Parts: sequence; C-alpha cells; structure tokens
Amino acid sequence: MGDYPSRSVDTDAGGPGATDGRDWAAGSGVSPSSPGHPPLGGGGALPKKSRFSTESGFRALSTAAGAMVLVIIVAIAIFLVSKAMPALQENTENFLTYKRWFPNDANPNFGIAALAFGTVLSSVLALLMAVPVALGIALFLSHYAPKRLATPLGFTIDLLAAVPSVVFGLWGRDVLLSPVRDFSEWLNKYFGWIPLFGGNGPFGRSVLLGSLVLAIMVLPIITSLSREVFQQTPGMNEEAALALGATKWEMIRTAVLPYGRPGVIAAVMLGLGRALGETIALALTLSATFDISFNLIESGGNTIAANIANTFAEANDTGRGALIASGLVLFAITLVVNMAARVIIYRRREFRDNAA
Amino acid sequence: MSVLEREASVGMTPEHIRSQRLPLVVNIGIGVLALVLSAVLVLSTGIGNWVLVVVLGVVLYLVGLLAAATRVEGRRSARNRLWRSLVYAACVLAVLPLASVVWTLVSKGAARFDGDFFLTSMNNIGARDENGGAYHAIVGTLEQVGIAALLAIPLGVLGAIYLVEYGRGKFALTVRFFVDVMTGIPSIVAGLFVLAFWVLIVSPWFNNGVPRFSGFAAALALTVLMLPTIVRSTEEMLRLVPGPLREGAYALGVPQWKTILRVVLPTALPGIITGIMLAIARAAGETAPVLLVAGGAPFINFDPFLGNQSSLALFVYQQAGDASKYAQPRAWTAALTLVALVLILTIAAKLLARRNRLSR
Amino acid sequence: MAKRIEASNVSSYYGSFKAIDNVSMTVEPKTITALIGPSGCGKSTFLRSINRMHEVLPNARIEGRLTIDDQNIYDSDVDVTAVRRMIGMVFQRPNPFPTMSIFDNVVAGLRLNGVKRKSTLEESAEKSLRAANLWDEVKDRLGRPGAGLSGGQQQRLCIARTIAVEPQVVLMDEPCSALDPISTLAIEDLMFKLKDRFTIIIVTHNMQQAARVSDKTGFFSIDKTGDPGRLIEYDDTQKIFSNPSEKKTEDYITGRFG
Repeated sequence: MGDYPSRSVDTDAGGPGATDGRDWAAGSGVSPSSPGHPPLGGGGALPKKSRFSTESGFRALSTAAGAMVLVIIVAIAIFLVSKAMPALQENTENFLTYKRWFPNDANPNFGIAALAFGTVLSSVLALLMAVPVALGIALFLSHYAPKRLATPLGFTIDLLAAVPSVVFGLWGRDVLLSPVRDFSEWLNKYFGWIPLFGGNGPFGRSVLLGSLVLAIMVLPIITSLSREVFQQTPGMNEEAALALGATKWEMIRTAVLPYGRPGVIAAVMLGLGRALGETIALALTLSATFDISFNLIESGGNTIAANIANTFAEANDTGRGALIASGLVLFAITLVVNMAARVIIYRRREFRDNAA
Repeated sequence: MSVLEREASVGMTPEHIRSQRLPLVVNIGIGVLALVLSAVLVLSTGIGNWVLVVVLGVVLYLVGLLAAATRVEGRRSARNRLWRSLVYAACVLAVLPLASVVWTLVSKGAARFDGDFFLTSMNNIGARDENGGAYHAIVGTLEQVGIAALLAIPLGVLGAIYLVEYGRGKFALTVRFFVDVMTGIPSIVAGLFVLAFWVLIVSPWFNNGVPRFSGFAAALALTVLMLPTIVRSTEEMLRLVPGPLREGAYALGVPQWKTILRVVLPTALPGIITGIMLAIARAAGETAPVLLVAGGAPFINFDPFLGNQSSLALFVYQQAGDASKYAQPRAWTAALTLVALVLILTIAAKLLARRNRLSR
Repeated sequence: MAKRIEASNVSSYYGSFKAIDNVSMTVEPKTITALIGPSGCGKSTFLRSINRMHEVLPNARIEGRLTIDDQNIYDSDVDVTAVRRMIGMVFQRPNPFPTMSIFDNVVAGLRLNGVKRKSTLEESAEKSLRAANLWDEVKDRLGRPGAGLSGGQQQRLCIARTIAVEPQVVLMDEPCSALDPISTLAIEDLMFKLKDRFTIIIVTHNMQQAARVSDKTGFFSIDKTGDPGRLIEYDDTQKIFSNPSEKKTEDYITGRFG
C-alpha cells in the first residue's frame, strides 16, 4: 500500500475559497495560492486541498466507525461497573468467595465462588472431550480424507457451528439426558469409589451432561481453525519428512503438528472463550445448584451465564445488579482468554509472513 | 554398517525393503473376535448393555490390531495404523450427535409444523390449550434482526473500510485487535450491557423514569454481536480487491472516497454480503440477550420501540421451560423453524461465497 | 553403500496425464548422473519415481519396473518407508523443518527411525554436517532454528539431514536453482565429495553444472506441451556434451532449442 493521493497533499494548506471541494483547473490564471506558497512550475498552481471535503468527511466517518468498536468495549466495562457497584455495596457477604446467591433478600447475600467454579469446571471438561475429537476431525479433513469427502464434511461441520445454542440445549435436555443418566448410574455403580463419580443420585442433569453439550458446541470452532492451520503446513516440509522415510503419522508428527501448534492453542482458547460464555444450553441442562463439588454425574452444576438466564426473571433491583456484577466477572475472564488467543494468532501470522 | 543398522536395527540394504502386511482377513477377524469377546465379557457379568459391548469391542479391536500389526508389520507401521483408526473414529464420533440433532429436530418438530403455529400467537393460550403458535416470535425475530442489521451493516462496513483503506499505525492495529477480541464476547454479556445501558439508564428518559424492555433493546444487543463479525469479513473481502484496480482509479484522478464507493465496494460486494448473511444467521439464533432486554411477550407486538417482544429463540427457551404438555412440541417446532431459517441463510451465504471470484 | 539402480519401461502418470513415457536407464553405483532437459519434460517426475515420492501427489501412479540391486521397489509387498530411507532426496527449495533447531533437523531422520541415544545422535550430526561442509559454520549454534540460516546453508543442512540416515542413493531435484553462484559452487564441491559414498542422481536446469559434476547425463525432452516426456539420450557426460548421437540433444546442448 503506497501513499494515496490524499495523503501526499499537505492537509493544512487549504486556501481561501477552496472549501467547496471543486477542482481548480490548473493554469486557469487565477492562482488560489497564498503568497507564502509560490506556485511550482511555470504554468500555474495545482488545485489546493480543501479543509472540509467529501474526502475528509468520509475518512472521518469511517474512522469513527472503526473507533466504535473500542467505544463499545469500553462502554461495556463502564456500564456493567456502574450498575454492579450499588448491588455490590449492599452485599453482606464477600462477592468473590461466598458460594450462595440470594441477592433479592432484604439482606442481600451473594457470591460468585460456586458459579465461577462451575463455569470453569464445565468449560474445561468440555474442552477435554472436544479437543481430541476436534483435532482428529481436523486432521481427517486436512490429511486423511479424499477431497470428495473432505469438502462436504467440512461444510457440515461449519453448519454445526451455525446451529443456535438453544437448540443444542433443548436437544441435550430432551434427548441426551436419558443416555447420560444411564451412563452416570453405570459409572456410579462401578466407579463410585472415584470421587468424580460418587454420590447417591439423582443423576442426569449434571456437569457431565452440560459439558457434553458444550463439547459438541465448541467442536466446530476448534475443528475449523485447526483444520485451516493444518492445511497451511508447507508441502515441502511434509515431503521432506516423507523422503526421510516417515510413515504418514510420523510425517504429521514431524511436520504438521509442530507447525500448527500455535494455531491449535489459539483455537482451543477461542473454544474456551465460547464455552465460558455459553448461556442457554447450560441453563437448560444443568440443575442450577450452588455448590463447589467435583462430582460430575450427580444432578447439579451451574455457571455464571446460566445463572443469569435462570434467575433474571425474578430479580429485583439489587438482584439485577448482582447478576450484572457476575456478568462483569465473566466479561473480564472471556476478555483475557480471547486476548491471549488473539495475541498467539497475531504472533503466528507475523512469523508466517516473515518466513514466506 | 550404518548408524541405523547398528542402533535401531533398521535394514538399509535392498534386501530389506520388503515387509509383511497384515492381511485384511486377519484385520476383520480381530474385529469380530473383539466384539464377541466384549459381548461375552459384558453380558455374562451383567455389567452393562449393548452400548458397553460396542465401546469395549472397539477398544479391544484397537488394542488387538495394534498388537497384531506390531508383530507382523513392525512398531512404526502399527502406530501409523492406530492413529489412522483414531482419526477416523473421531469423525464418526462427531457425526453421531449431529445426526441425532437433525433427526430429533425433524421428528419432534414436525408435530406442530402447521398453519396454526405460524399464524397465531401465544396470547390467551393456557396450559391446557394445545394450539398456540409462534407468529409473534417470528415477528419479533424479523424486526429485531432487521433493525440490528440496519445498524450493524453500515457501521461494520465503514469500520472495515477504515481498517483497509485509511487505518495506519498503532490505532488501526488496536482497532483490528479488539474487533477480533470482540467476536469472542459472550452474548449474555452483550445482553447485560444493553440492559445496563439502554433498558436501565436510557429508556427511563422516554418513559417517565420507568425502565422499559423493548425489541429495539434486543436489536441493540444483536448489533453489538454482529458488528465485529461484519467488520472482520468485510475487511477480509476488501483486502482481496486487487491494488491495481484502486491505482487505476487514482490515476484517473478519482478521489479516494469515490474510488472506495464506486470501485472497491462493488468488487467486494458478493463477499461482503456473504459475511453479512452469516452474521445475521448467528444473530437470529441468539437467545440470551433477547431474554434479558426484550421482555418476551406472548402476544403480537409489531412495535419494536414500545412494549415487550419475543423472538423465535426466546420462544424455544420459554416453551422448553413450560410445564404444559403441549409446550414441548411447540418448542421443538420453533426450534426446527429457527434452525431452518439459520441454515438457509448460512447455506445461501456459503453458496454465494463459492461463486465469488475474489476468494478463489 | 552405493547401489545400482535400473529403470525399465517406466511411465508415470498424474491422473490420466502421462508425464513420462517408457524410460529405461541404468545408474551405476558411486557415480553422479545428471538429468537435463527443458521445463516440463518429466525429469523431476522421473526422479521422484525413483524413491516413490511421485505417488505422494493425488492420483499419481506409475507403470514399469524400477529396481535397486534387482529388488523391484514397486512390488506390492514393498514398504515405502524403507525405500525412501534407502533412497534419500534433496529438494529444489531448501526445506528444513521450521520448528526445529539445526541439530534436530539433522537428526530428524535418525530419530524417526528409532535412534534415541544422545551420543550417537551427536556423533552422527557432526559427521553429517562435516560431510555437508556446514559444520564449521554452525557448530556454535546447533540449538538455533534451522530456518535462520542463509539459503545455501539451509540447502546444505538439508543435504546433511538426508545423508545422516546413510542412504544408498541420494536424489537431488535442482538443488541449486534457488541459490546464488557461490552457494551453488559449494554444493557442487560437496557432490564430488559425496560421490565416494553414494550414488547420486541430480536433476538440473543448468547444463554447465551437469557438464561439471556428472559422470553420465540423461537428456529428457517432449515433442510438444501435453505429450509425455521421453529419455532421448543417455550416455557418458563427455560424449553428450561433445558428440551427442541424437540431433535433439545437440540442438538442446548448443542452445538451439529449449
């Protein structure tokens, strides 16, 4: 991108009468230049850059639109803080360490400990289930499947990303619930001695169900980004590995996976960001309790976002403020996760552009 | 003797290039054996049903295959086989839930997929009424998404123009970075933002100091969600417009803004529309922000600025939580409608993208 | 170490397109053979057929017999990885693994094949880097990324990586086409040195290079675009460049064609 015409002209040099944006014909005889700027060349002066032209107006408009994004992000922080503060001041317990959520009481007492724990637990569990599968599919699409199969399958996975979360939630609650309940009872019967699978029931609407649904939802994000980075592996590096006598899998381990690693990490973090903020699917599948427990199969589990959806309708002023405060925490967490993911992606892009 | 022959006992002479392959028969045999073994193990001890038989069977098969292939073909080839099987298994594993979602949507959604559903609202529908429909919700979705699109498209496209045509230096980099970050903002946070900003602070000014839910508030939240998506996709498309095309216009003395509007934008238009359609599809499926700021009315309300509104996604959520036995079929039919709407938009967008010359 | 390679009636295809037609030649051990010819004449395709890298591309296949010491490498029970281990390859553009250090690049092939002992790897890395005339330049920075070297150094690194596995045959696909004249000279010197241990087949665009380094030269050509490439003449380099028996070869050598 070189200099554009508008940039190469001195913007401060608007002469009198040149504000209408009309081009002055060169050599018209009437020089609009001020005496301090004698015309260059013999024939006459070049047209002056006007101070308020359509050009600068358009530029200002688009700059403002670009800046809007920053304004919105800052505004989100400001408005969430301003509405959260009154509720936090009325809170009779420590917001960060208290587990229960009674902001609508006469003595509001609420804390985010259990919700934050549930959010992280269900998201991490979802990633543990989704990442291996997503990487498997990504490799299948980029290196194993014939093109005839890879194109429609990739398309289908992308469509999966477009399905609204409320539909996944509904499916999770109406369809996936009963197999998960059976599986949970089975796990409890034979592996109940492991604390993760202990408890006396009831089972079903548990962290396990919620994270399974979450896993299915983040799968397409992680798959499509990883697939992209796997496909970008330089063919000459793949050939180098093969020419050394590597099997296909060894070629993938030597050339494809190390090359794609930063991209995969970023993809996983974007998936994490999505999982942390997912609301409706979890509101429909978790049981909305307020415990800190590693039990995965007993009915229970809750997240910041699901709690907002579940309790918003009954919330009074303080209740709303409390929910907004919890949303602020969620905003901060996802902002950090997303920024970290983007930094990784940007670094990698620079690295790639420099290497090319 | 070479290093490999000495250290890894790998044959490096032409006599060693041949290796045995695991015959297909053995492969299938291991599969059958694994399944039978698994069935006997599981069913005789009564520790599970057919699902466990299949799962255990697959695990046994993979272990058996690895062992047999290691013996016949060597460790490296066996590992290659194992990983290939795992990669294929991952695909099957991912397709299963997808198939189940589609099947459930169609089978459960078909029950109420009738004229009544699309032409009536939930006004005065009690728990014992089996009719009732989503007309009001469809109206809400269309209006909210429409307003959001009206707000987000010009803002997003202009923002992208800034990034590609005017933006230089640190500020542009910052904007670009935060556009990317903003794509990851949870929809519920966008909902809370509009709740705090519009519903609780701004709307009372127009309503004698009483906060008011509205479809417009939902549209604002959807705008926040659509904006980064549109900026990003438009930016990508604008960057694909060949430089000489711009330079050609500049060389003719066309000012930059005119070049952008008359040359650059029209060239990138199909791609931009694709991005916009994908953003709209995503916004149409959002539930959480609408739940927080639109209020969710059971009756038909055409005015997005006055009074509560519902939306299709919110309708699904509300019906899903309704105790009436007629609510579940309504929820599924609404879900089917929503998915159909979103998928049609998405598929159309992708087909359009495929025909786009620029992205080739 | 070095082995004889014999191609009889080899034809290679990309899908339905026939890239080379009916090539037969014998390459003696411990010689350098140059393959020359105009662009698209199939000399690279033929080279890639020798270590079965041709079939990596989608829909690529081959007909005919290609033997190394009388073992047909295209027999159905042949392990491709063993073939490629034995017949190493250096590519047109230097392609060190970008995520690996210089050391890891050199020993990548050994590690793949199961060598784990550190002392062996170090010993082998030094030996290969010395053989590739690169040791003195990189011995102090073996842990640095291989991609940080200059183009010529990268190519020598790739040669070191290839010979670290101690193959019987080394194939070189226009190894100097992306390099400056000085690096090219360094690689040509290297080829003379490697000739004692390996059978070398090199594809080159550069006729002077072929005349300088090779013992035998094969001239490939096509009649017109879309036709398969054929081996027109294969003889001692001296004969090809001084007194070719085919008119086409003479035209090409003297610059009247291609």
